[in-house]
Amino acid sequence: MKIKAATLKEFLGFLLLRLCMLCVALIIVVIFYDIISKGWGSISWEFLTQPPVDGMTKGGIFPAIVGTFFVAVITAVLSVPLGMGCAIYLNEYAKDNVLTRFIRLSIRNLSGVPSIVYGLFGVALFVEACHFGTSILAAGCTLGLMTLPLTITSSEEALKTVPRAYREGALALGATKWQAIRSNVLPYSVPGMLTGTILGLSRAAGETAPILFTGAAFFLPDIPNSIFSQFMALPYHLYIMSTQHHNIALVRPIAYGTALVLIVLIFLMNLVAIIIRYRLRKRGIVHG
Amino acid sequence: MDKIVRMQARDVNFYYGKQHALKGINLDIFNNSVTAIIGPSGCGKSTFIRILNRMHELVPSARISGEVMLDERNILSPEVDAVELRKRVGMVFQKPNPFPKSIFDNIAYGLSINGVKDKRLVEERVVESLKKAALWDEVKNRLHDSALGMSGGQQQRLCIARCLAIEPEVILFDEPCASLDPISTKKIEDLILELEKDYTIVIVTHNMQQAARVSDYTGFFLMGELIEFDRTETMFTSPKDKRTEDYITGRFG
Repeated sequence: MKIKAATLKEFLGFLLLRLCMLCVALIIVVIFYDIISKGWGSISWEFLTQPPVDGMTKGGIFPAIVGTFFVAVITAVLSVPLGMGCAIYLNEYAKDNVLTRFIRLSIRNLSGVPSIVYGLFGVALFVEACHFGTSILAAGCTLGLMTLPLTITSSEEALKTVPRAYREGALALGATKWQAIRSNVLPYSVPGMLTGTILGLSRAAGETAPILFTGAAFFLPDIPNSIFSQFMALPYHLYIMSTQHHNIALVRPIAYGTALVLIVLIFLMNLVAIIIRYRLRKRGIVHG
Repeated sequence: MDKIVRMQARDVNFYYGKQHALKGINLDIFNNSVTAIIGPSGCGKSTFIRILNRMHELVPSARISGEVMLDERNILSPEVDAVELRKRVGMVFQKPNPFPKSIFDNIAYGLSINGVKDKRLVEERVVESLKKAALWDEVKNRLHDSALGMSGGQQQRLCIARCLAIEPEVILFDEPCASLDPISTKKIEDLILELEKDYTIVIVTHNMQQAARVSDYTGFFLMGELIEFDRTETMFTSPKDKRTEDYITGRFG
């Protein structure tokens, strides 16, 4: 009898866990189904390659795609080297003392700061103090700052997966610390760092709040011609189409089409991260 | 007839934070001989050996006093560059730690960071080191395969070859056979006896039979103190200290 009770508990336990999993899967499926079914009709070659026309009731979203791409590039240029450099310093060089512990704690806390706060900060620092104006540069820098905590944390995690023995082995052969890091730590952690960074970038590419005040424009007929131009961006365009347009009901399909393009873009970026991770695991360097 | 003293610890004290890990160690390491360091876990033997090439500096809370001489020079002095020191005093670790590169590149790595760029010279030295480490015959046809595909014993001999390639004078072995089977262990021991002719060797070991088999001198550590140091033969046949006798006869440890 006792065994039976345990078996029953096991069954119920797994059932509960399975239900949780199904719930999550169901939510994702419903969201995707909704967006794909309503957005698919809007997708066409013209939609992807033309600017909006007729008061944004027709035409495409090309400037928004390009704008999001440019901003993502600026974000990457700022956050990848800064974040990786910072992570390497913290993990390999910094002594474990009150100051570095405080810095680590601050970085963790920064990742919890709401994105709208980054937006305001971006206005104060990049738009005004640095005189970037409302521009791709200001918005990219704001998003770059926002992704830094994630980049640093995930890069540090990647560095920690490199066995201590690789470092010690190199040092014992008379390598300097930098030689050991460059030849025996970075090659095995850079791909892992990139994975985290790409995930951070894909999150940034979907953000609206930080670019709202720092450079995103309601409507521009042309694609930006410099990093000091304003730009259209997919998430902001979506926001306008769903709440600010003069005829929301009419442009609903465009909004869904925009959402679909945005999701596909982000999905593609995540796919790149997954592929990098998969190839690493195959080489037996990253575990898990 | 004693040999020349190659390295010498003079009143070495070592602390991990507040923990006093080594207490006033005085120990001579003789040229072209094998010195074994034995003792139970936590007695400070690994700590001691890591001081000999300043690997202890990787531990942030470490503090040290005293002197460690290598050829009349105190290697603990800030004027001595740890990087240069480690080229003269090589180390083989407890767990084989080949880099995830090919067998060839594992050995070539040490050469490249030491500025040996000439391809033919690198090749020569790789072959020579593999031969010295008694590994050549087993790997000569797969030099460009990953080192991670080798057996544990082969990996450890590769680590020895890697160390030999940069031509150190002293080689430190930190429990080199701890994770190996008896046959691999035998090969490493034979190798150590062979290397003794050209190098000064210090080996930390858990295994007293191993110390008896390979070493000329033995130091027995207990709770951070060097209890006894003598010729291995003397130590194992007529230890002076009661604690040494208890340990080597297997009464504790």
